[in-house]
Amino acid sequence: MKPKVLILFAPGINRDGDLSVAFQQAGAETEIQPLNVLRQSRLEWMQYQILALPGGFSYADALGAGKLWALDLQVYFKEEMQRFVAAGKPVIGICNGFQALVKSGVLPGENGEGQAPTATLTFNQGGHFECRWVHLQPQSQLCVWTRGIETTIDCPIAHGEGNFQLADETKLADLEQNGQIALRYLKPDGSSANGVYPYNPNGSLSDIAGICNPQGNVLGLMPHPEDHIFEFQNPKRATRSNHSGLVLFKNGVQYAQQS
Amino acid sequence: MSIPSSQHVYRFEVQPFTINDPRAQGFLSDARALGLDQIQSIHCSDLYFLRGHLNQEHLAEIAERILHDPVTQQVQWQEFHISPEEAPNASTNEMVVEVTYRPGVTDPVAEQLLRATRMVNDYEVDAASSGQRFVVRGERLTTDLMHQLAKRLFANAVIQYYALGTITPSFPQETIASGRVERFQLAEMSVEQLLRLSQERRAALNLEEMQAIQAYCQREGRDLSDVEFEMIAQTWSEHCVHKTFKAMVEVNNPNTEDDRFPTQYEHLFNQTIRAATHQLNKPWVLSAFRDNAGIIEFGEQHELSFKVETHNHPSAIEPFGGANTGIGGVIRDVIGVSAKPIAATDILCFGPQDQSADTLPDGVLHPRRIASGVVSGIQDYGNKMGIPTVNGAIYYDPGYTANPLVFCGCIGLAPRDAHPRDVQPGDYIIVLGGKTGRDGLRGATFSSMTMDAQTGEVSGASVQIGAPIVEKGLVDVLMEARDQQLYHAITDCGAGGLSSAVGEMASECGGEVQLADVPLKYPGLEPWEIWLSEAQERMVIAVPQQNLDALEELCEKYDVEITNIGEFNGSGRMRVYYQDQEVLDLDNQFLHHGLPQRKLLATIRTPQHPPGWLNPDANYPSNNHEESFLRLLAHPNITSKESVIRVYDHEVQGGTVVKPLCGVLDDGPADGCVMKPLSVPGDQALVLAAGMNPEYGKQDPYQMTLHAIDEAIRNALCCGADPDQIAILDNFCWGDPTRPETMGDLVQAAQACYDGALRYGTPFISGKDSFNNEYLGSDGLRHAIPPTLLISAMGVIPDWHLALTSDLKQAGNLLYLVGYFAPRFGGSHHNLIKDMPMIEEGMPVCHPETPAVYQKVYQANQAGWIQSAHDLSEGGLGVAAAEMAIGGRLGLRLWLDEFHAYREAFGETGGCILLEVAKQDQVAFETHFGSKPMRLIGKVLSDQFIEIMNGEYCWLKMRIEDLVQAWKNQQIREVQA
Repeated sequence: MKPKVLILFAPGINRDGDLSVAFQQAGAETEIQPLNVLRQSRLEWMQYQILALPGGFSYADALGAGKLWALDLQVYFKEEMQRFVAAGKPVIGICNGFQALVKSGVLPGENGEGQAPTATLTFNQGGHFECRWVHLQPQSQLCVWTRGIETTIDCPIAHGEGNFQLADETKLADLEQNGQIALRYLKPDGSSANGVYPYNPNGSLSDIAGICNPQGNVLGLMPHPEDHIFEFQNPKRATRSNHSGLVLFKNGVQYAQQS
Repeated sequence: MSIPSSQHVYRFEVQPFTINDPRAQGFLSDARALGLDQIQSIHCSDLYFLRGHLNQEHLAEIAERILHDPVTQQVQWQEFHISPEEAPNASTNEMVVEVTYRPGVTDPVAEQLLRATRMVNDYEVDAASSGQRFVVRGERLTTDLMHQLAKRLFANAVIQYYALGTITPSFPQETIASGRVERFQLAEMSVEQLLRLSQERRAALNLEEMQAIQAYCQREGRDLSDVEFEMIAQTWSEHCVHKTFKAMVEVNNPNTEDDRFPTQYEHLFNQTIRAATHQLNKPWVLSAFRDNAGIIEFGEQHELSFKVETHNHPSAIEPFGGANTGIGGVIRDVIGVSAKPIAATDILCFGPQDQSADTLPDGVLHPRRIASGVVSGIQDYGNKMGIPTVNGAIYYDPGYTANPLVFCGCIGLAPRDAHPRDVQPGDYIIVLGGKTGRDGLRGATFSSMTMDAQTGEVSGASVQIGAPIVEKGLVDVLMEARDQQLYHAITDCGAGGLSSAVGEMASECGGEVQLADVPLKYPGLEPWEIWLSEAQERMVIAVPQQNLDALEELCEKYDVEITNIGEFNGSGRMRVYYQDQEVLDLDNQFLHHGLPQRKLLATIRTPQHPPGWLNPDANYPSNNHEESFLRLLAHPNITSKESVIRVYDHEVQGGTVVKPLCGVLDDGPADGCVMKPLSVPGDQALVLAAGMNPEYGKQDPYQMTLHAIDEAIRNALCCGADPDQIAILDNFCWGDPTRPETMGDLVQAAQACYDGALRYGTPFISGKDSFNNEYLGSDGLRHAIPPTLLISAMGVIPDWHLALTSDLKQAGNLLYLVGYFAPRFGGSHHNLIKDMPMIEEGMPVCHPETPAVYQKVYQANQAGWIQSAHDLSEGGLGVAAAEMAIGGRLGLRLWLDEFHAYREAFGETGGCILLEVAKQDQVAFETHFGSKPMRLIGKVLSDQFIEIMNGEYCWLKMRIEDLVQAWKNQQIREVQA
């Protein structure tokens, strides 16, 4: 049976369609549900096998990117989120979805109730929104979305607040050790971006493009692998194929199927 | 601004921890650009104000949970008190400026803040507002300097106010709804009184039009309410009814041998642009000049719509809001044909960015500020709507200093024939989306007037900030409503607000509206203000009564406001009520057909040099061609636009095949864009491109128009489009058409639209005109723009695999120059470069046989022989070759004419394209081209040099990286010749 993906939709979310197509290509069924509907219907989240938070500008990113969507998750859907995550089901948040997961404390995930957030996604070092293609190294073997992926991924970024920072930089080693650093920005030749713009497009600490929670089932990332599923989307299709983002979604879908 | 003592106001300040705050650094570099060198640093923080009753615990919760990012920011709060004496700026080393919005200006952040505070707890908070605080440090700071900084950088008086020191926030003033209606006794008015009324109400109606209204009043023995008068002025405005293009025009052509123009047009538009579309009669054109956007077929099951609008006057006085609502408006045009917006385009015209502030006309913002505000405005709206901004251009000219031009385009996709246009008596008149405020009043008439130094002040209400998320909600609801067939007709609320939208929908039947039902942002609006308000993000739909429940359910799902304000009927009249009072009752026949046709005079000017004239005495510089080349590449119109392109999301929706930048390092310029929407099966793709050249407009508007059409088609072709399936749009930005010379230029362009459309077999499907792009300076001089015509093209490629880009692909490949190559320097960018010898001659002429060349190019691409293609435009062959080399980071060698290498390298042409062809396809390609003009002109090399040979000699040899530096406007290095 095809796993079912619940794609959350808040006002201002705009990559829900792209994400839905990516999951369908990866072999899943998708349902896009506005938060309003979810609040009223009290739909059972556990009937889905995957939870996805797409990109966009939820609530216009007023008061900080993903901040008010995070407030929704904390105020209205706290239990649903906790149960879904605790059950070890795959969860993915991309761009605005990643920001919401970080700002609601689901990621990096080690801090308990009432504790201060340990990480954030803040303004790009360049000071403005930026859209460009980047190269990604999937590297976490803990993360159910990235484990076992041997190729690098090419896909676009499109954000103004994607600069991953920790409140305490010494905790970087812990994230690394735990296997929580899921994806890093690379140079086109596959070597480390080393903080160099534009390969690391936003100034993220240690070239971090995506992280997962300590259990490895929740992935958040700034780039948009859902916008590199088909050959026609790839500007380098003539010279650089086989770096599609589909592998990430297939991994998540496969995991959901097996568990 | 005051705060009643019974209410408490709380102030929150959120500050970044880091000293490397990019936003603050941006302000600092802008201050430096203004020459304010004594400023050493600027720190900025965000201010939020809440009005209500909150205790310390509440305040802490709001601050902690909602207002800041604890990893990067700190927050402080306190109850706000107005201090009677404000003297915080005593020091000359540190001064403070605070800025907030004027009451009534849309403040989306404040709206979200209000919602969020109610969400975390049921707090008693009734209003919110936001602002910014700037701490400026430096030496010898004075209050004068702070005022300067505040006005030029921190605040725009049109929408904001500022204080040196602590600011007192404003909340919308609550006044009592007046329901007041003024009445005018037009029947008895004298000529002077009529003209005065038109002027006082900023109606932009001339005497003949005022007399037509007077005759109506006399005929029906009635007076007019202010609501009625305002609706007539709006319906008859240039913006809404295009009376210049519908005018009868008498043509005075001093050149008696010139037979391109008749002596009189009975109806300029019908005889030129519309006539061409009619004659071409393309079966794939589904709607031309009928709906809010033009529509063509796309595959078997879909249709594509395209509309381009301008938002020039609003962008001049409030660049962010003007461009923001410009893109918002054109998106609604596409929603208004029941289509999903899938791409946006923007073409911008600004004054020179290095213009000295002292030379600016009074009341004009600096071109730098206009440019950055406009780009941010487009970025904000397009990105937040989730619409990829995929095509655009930027032109600089001193003529645009006081009158910037902002062309916003939007492309829509819909299932074939899904757009209903069938208002039925009994249908509810439903308003969806944003609330109505006093914002945007009289935009339709405002855009039809010449601006002066007071425009910003008087018309402040005409501009506002958009709320893209509200508009996004409209798309979400309306696409589902369309698929469920819940409405009979749809129109956007643009210029003229409800008056225009409802008026238009009721024009063939009739309707009744209750203004008291319209949801308002704040009370106190007079009836005419509600009817005319141009508050953004609203759509009007005609909904059969039985569908209302289903529609309401959809609106709840997506958080969209829905209001039933009345009913359509078969009365043939528009009637509007405010509570029990009838405030408007007008006959449709008079309202929509009573406007007298304008009669205008046009004088055709003779260009300084005949187009195509080649100066036999042209003097080319004999050396230092390298310098000419670099300066040309560094010209603001030619340089890379990457810094702007990248702030727009061009990937969202996953359909962008050819992106705005291409090549191995993703920095080569694309000629246009190719898209393959995810929801459309098959390999078919669409192409978007544009053509425009104001420099040619100054020379000869007729030839300029042919060039613009040719360039738009050429660019589309260079992306792979089928030349037989391209539709085009016209956007005229012109001066005051009542001047015969300006009208003469318009007649030339309109006639050339007809001639060009027929020449290329390319129909116009939509268009828009913007007149009176003039600025009356306090010096009494008129500052007019150059006649500017944007041609936007939308084409179809049967298979996206055949999409082309401009970057060179492979060393060893051959370069062909195709087309009738006859370079000239008249109107060329070469002649705009300082320190270069001006070469006086005619502008280039597009050869009439060019379309046959384009057919050959298209067929060659279908056969798979073309590796890359790039059109010759500003800067000519040299620039085109350089851009291809930059894109591919591959060298090339060109062989130019022994005696005319300079002309061939830097002169300009129409109708010419550089093609890269693999060696193995040489014979097939050349045989295919046959006798059509084609010249093997060069070769792709594996090294990193551009080499130009004249005969046997190396005429120019330069490193690609040096060209890149110049083209990216990095410092031009001294080059050894």
